[in-house]
Amino acid sequence: MKRILVLFCMTWIALLPSVGMAQIDGQFVKPRTGKFILKNATVVTVTKGTLSNASVLLENGKIIGVGASLPTEGAEVIDCSGLFIYPGMIDGGTRLGLVEVSSVPETVDYSDVGNVTPNMQALTTVNPNSEAIGVTRVSGVTTVLTVPSGGLFPGTAALINLNGYTPDQMYGGFKAVAMTFPSSGRRGRFDRRSEEEIKKDGEKALKEANEIWDNAKSYLELKNSGAELSYFPEMEQLSKVISGELPLLIEVNAASDILSAIQWVEGKNIKVIFTGIAEGWRVAEQLAKAKIPVVTGPVQDLPTRASDRYDTPYANAGMLAKAGVKVALRTDEEENVRNLPFHAAFAAAYGLGKEEAWKAVTINPAEIFGVADQYGSVEVGKKANLIVSTGDPFETRSQILHVFIDGYRIPLSNRHIRLYQEFLERSPGLKAN
Amino acid sequence: MKKIFYLFLAFFGLGCNFSQAQVQKGSVLIKNATVLTVTKGNLESADVLVQNGIITQIGKNISAPNGVQSIDATGKYLMPGIIDAHSHVALDVVNEASAPITSEVRMKDVVNPFEIGIYRALAGGVTVSHAMHGSANVVGGQNATLKHRWGAKDPADIIMQDAPRTIKFALGENPTRVHGRGNGIQPRSRMGVEAVIRNGFNEALQYKKAWETFAAAKNTKGNTLTPPVYSERLQTLADILDGKVIVHCHSYRADEIYMLINVAKDFNIKKLVFQHTNEGFKVAPEIAEYTMGASVFADWWAYKMEVYYSTAFNAAILQRNGAITSINSDSAELIRHLYHEAAKTQRYGSLTDEEALAMITINPAKQLGIDDKVGSIEVGKQGDLVIFDSHPLSSYAVPQMTFVDGIKYFDIVADKDDQRQLVIATEMVEPIYLRANEEAHRCMQDVEIYLDAFDVAFLKENH
Repeated sequence: MKRILVLFCMTWIALLPSVGMAQIDGQFVKPRTGKFILKNATVVTVTKGTLSNASVLLENGKIIGVGASLPTEGAEVIDCSGLFIYPGMIDGGTRLGLVEVSSVPETVDYSDVGNVTPNMQALTTVNPNSEAIGVTRVSGVTTVLTVPSGGLFPGTAALINLNGYTPDQMYGGFKAVAMTFPSSGRRGRFDRRSEEEIKKDGEKALKEANEIWDNAKSYLELKNSGAELSYFPEMEQLSKVISGELPLLIEVNAASDILSAIQWVEGKNIKVIFTGIAEGWRVAEQLAKAKIPVVTGPVQDLPTRASDRYDTPYANAGMLAKAGVKVALRTDEEENVRNLPFHAAFAAAYGLGKEEAWKAVTINPAEIFGVADQYGSVEVGKKANLIVSTGDPFETRSQILHVFIDGYRIPLSNRHIRLYQEFLERSPGLKAN
Repeated sequence: MKKIFYLFLAFFGLGCNFSQAQVQKGSVLIKNATVLTVTKGNLESADVLVQNGIITQIGKNISAPNGVQSIDATGKYLMPGIIDAHSHVALDVVNEASAPITSEVRMKDVVNPFEIGIYRALAGGVTVSHAMHGSANVVGGQNATLKHRWGAKDPADIIMQDAPRTIKFALGENPTRVHGRGNGIQPRSRMGVEAVIRNGFNEALQYKKAWETFAAAKNTKGNTLTPPVYSERLQTLADILDGKVIVHCHSYRADEIYMLINVAKDFNIKKLVFQHTNEGFKVAPEIAEYTMGASVFADWWAYKMEVYYSTAFNAAILQRNGAITSINSDSAELIRHLYHEAAKTQRYGSLTDEEALAMITINPAKQLGIDDKVGSIEVGKQGDLVIFDSHPLSSYAVPQMTFVDGIKYFDIVADKDDQRQLVIATEMVEPIYLRANEEAHRCMQDVEIYLDAFDVAFLKENH
C-alpha cells in the first residue's frame, strides 16, 4: 500500500510545473497562459508527419514554433523527453455543457419546446463550469461541437473550446443550424408504431420540412427585396442557411433516410454536413458521390438491425472513408465525451486505420467546420490546442500529462481525480475514531 | 393420495428432462498463444487443451489427441472467457414491479436463447452473463447465470445449471420512484427502502419458524397443527438468510450501501455483492471487510442524481482497498467490449494488466459463486476461452474466436452477415433501431405503467 502511495506522490510531483505557482495537491489551481516551450518530444503533427526530438513553442494562445532548435528565452520550459505531443482532439457532435445530470430536467438544456426552433442557441446555454468539462478535457479532447436536439430544427450548434469562464471565451468560431431529418427508423423499444405509421409520419414530417423551407426562402427573398418584415426569429435563422451564412447540420441515420436527405439537399445550393450516419456504410458510394462531409458516431454502438454484422458500428467510419467520404467522429455524448479517443481506436482497429482515425478527431472536423486554419494539427500559426501524453492517447494505459487549450495550460484535475485523491486511502479508515 | 404421488412423479420426471437438456461439450487444442491465465500468470507460446468441455492440459508442445481440432494461435493472446456480472441480454422481461418484494419470480422463466445480443456478446469475448431482474423494486426476482451457447433452442441449454442461486435487490432512486412516487406505497425514501428489507427478513424469520414448529410437531402424537401457507416469496427470503442465495444489490450512494451492510450484519447474511456501486469508493473499507465486493461500471456517471458524485477511479479505489471488484456492462452495447472497459482501470488508477483482467474474469466469477468452474485458465476448469489478435487491454484489440465448453461459437473469419437464429414472420420489414445505445440499458424496462409521463421520458437514462 505504501509503495502505491509513494508512486502516486511521485506521479504528481512529476506533474509539477517547473515554475512555482499556487498549488493544491501538487496542481495549479487555475488555467494560466504565457509563453511555454515543450521540449524534446515526439511531435505527431497529423498534417506534416511525425517529428522526433522536436519542440513546440507556444505564445499568446498560438503555436509559434515547431522544430528541433527553438529559442527558449522567456519561455517556461516543460521537458517532454520520452513523451508525445498531439493536437487536441475535436469531438464533432456532443451535448457537452448543455446538460449536467441527464435525469434531472432542471439541468437539461439541449432541447426546447417546439418543432422549429433554429434560433435556440447552444452557445447561450453552455455552462463553462459544468463538471463534465473538467472531466473531459484531461482526456485530451480540447474542442467539441455542442448541438441542440429534439425537433425538426432544434437550434444552432456551436464549436467550443473546453476552457474559459464565459461562452464567448469558449466559442471556437463555428456555428451550424441543426436539423433532424425525418426518420423512418424506430427510436427504441418504446417506439411501438407500425411500419405503416412510421412511413406516414416520415412523409408528413418531410412535407412539413419542405413547407418550412419554402417559407424561409420567401422570407429571405422578401428581406433581400427590402420588404418590412415582422419579427420572426425562426425564419431569420433559417434564412441564414439559405443565404449560405450558416451550414446545415443534418442528423440522419437510416440508409433510406440518408438517400432521401441527399436528394433533399440537392439543388438547394447550401452548405451541408451530415451527422450520425449510422447506416452510412450501406450507402457509402452515394454519400461519396454527393460530396457531403460526415460527422459519424458513436462508434461504440449497437448495429441498427438484428441481421447486421456485429461490427458494423465499429467498421462504419472505415467503410465511409474507403468510399471517399470525408469523415469526422463524434461521441454524441455529454458526460462521456472523454471516451472520444476510444471510439477513434475502435474505428481504427475495424478498418479506418490509426492515421485516418487521428484525422477524424483533429484535422477532418476542423476542415468540415471551416476552421482548419486554427485547429486540427500541430502547425505554426494555429491555436495552441495540444496535449502531451506518455504514449498513444487512444490507449487506456497512456496517461495525458499536459493539456493546453487556447494557449492556456490546463490544471489536470477535476472532481473524479479529487475524489481519487481523497478516498484512495480514506481517513478514518475502517475503525471508528 | 396415490394419485398425487403419481402426479408428483410425473412432474419430477418432467423436471429431470428439463434440467438434463442436451448441452454440447467440445474438445479443442489451442497452440502457441500468449496465455493470460489471470490466476497463474502469463505463459509465452503455450498450448491449452480442452477435452469434453474441460481444460485438461496447459503447457508447451501438447499434441492433439485423435479427432481433436488444433488451432494455431501464434502471435495471438488467449484469455479466459469474459464474465459479465450484470446483464439483461437474452431476457424477454426484466421487471416484475408489482410489489416492493417479488422474490418469488425467476429470470430463468423468461430466458430467450434467440436474442441476437448473445451472439454479439460472444463476438466481444463474453461467455457467461448474469441475467438479472431489473431495479424497480427493493427485492426483485431471482437471476439466471447464462452460458452463451448460441444456437441452443431450449432456454435451459443456455442456463448455467451448476451456478448457485442469486437474487436482485435495489436501493435508492429506482425503487423509491416506482413505488413511492409512482404507486404511493413504501418505499418513498431510503428510510423506506431499509424498512422494506428489514420487514421482509423478519417476516421470513417468522415464516421459517412456523414451518420449523410444524415440522417438529408433525410426527408427535395428537398433533393438531396444520401446515403454514406456503409462500415462494418468503421461502426465498428464508433461503437468503440460510446462505443459499447470493444477493446482488443495485446501489449507488455510499449511505445506502452502508445501510445494507448493516442490515446484512444484523441478519447474518454473508453472501452479498453490490452492483453499480458508483459511490462504493467512499465506503471501500467496509465493502472489503464484510461483502463479496462490488461490480461496477468502468466510467459511467452523471446520468442521474445518485451517480453525479462518482469517479471513474471507483474500481481502482475499491481494488486498492481489498474489495473484490468486477467491471460489468448492464448494457447490450457495453457487453460487447468489456475487455476495453476493464482496460479503463489503467487510465483511471493505473491498475496492472492482471488486476484489470481479473475484473472481467475471476472476480465476477467469485461474485457469482462460479470461480471453481470458470474465470481463469486452469486445468479442471470449463473450456471457456477467447482468442484476441493483440493484448485484450489494448484499445485496438479485436476478439478472434470465442469458445464455450470447448465449442467455438464465434470466429471472426467465419462470421456471417446475418447471424439470427430466428426470424419473426410477422416482422415483414426488419425494424431499424436508431440511437440503440439508449435502448441498450434495460434495468427499468417494463415499469412504464407505474410512472408518470416525465419519468417515462427519462426512463431511457436510467439504469
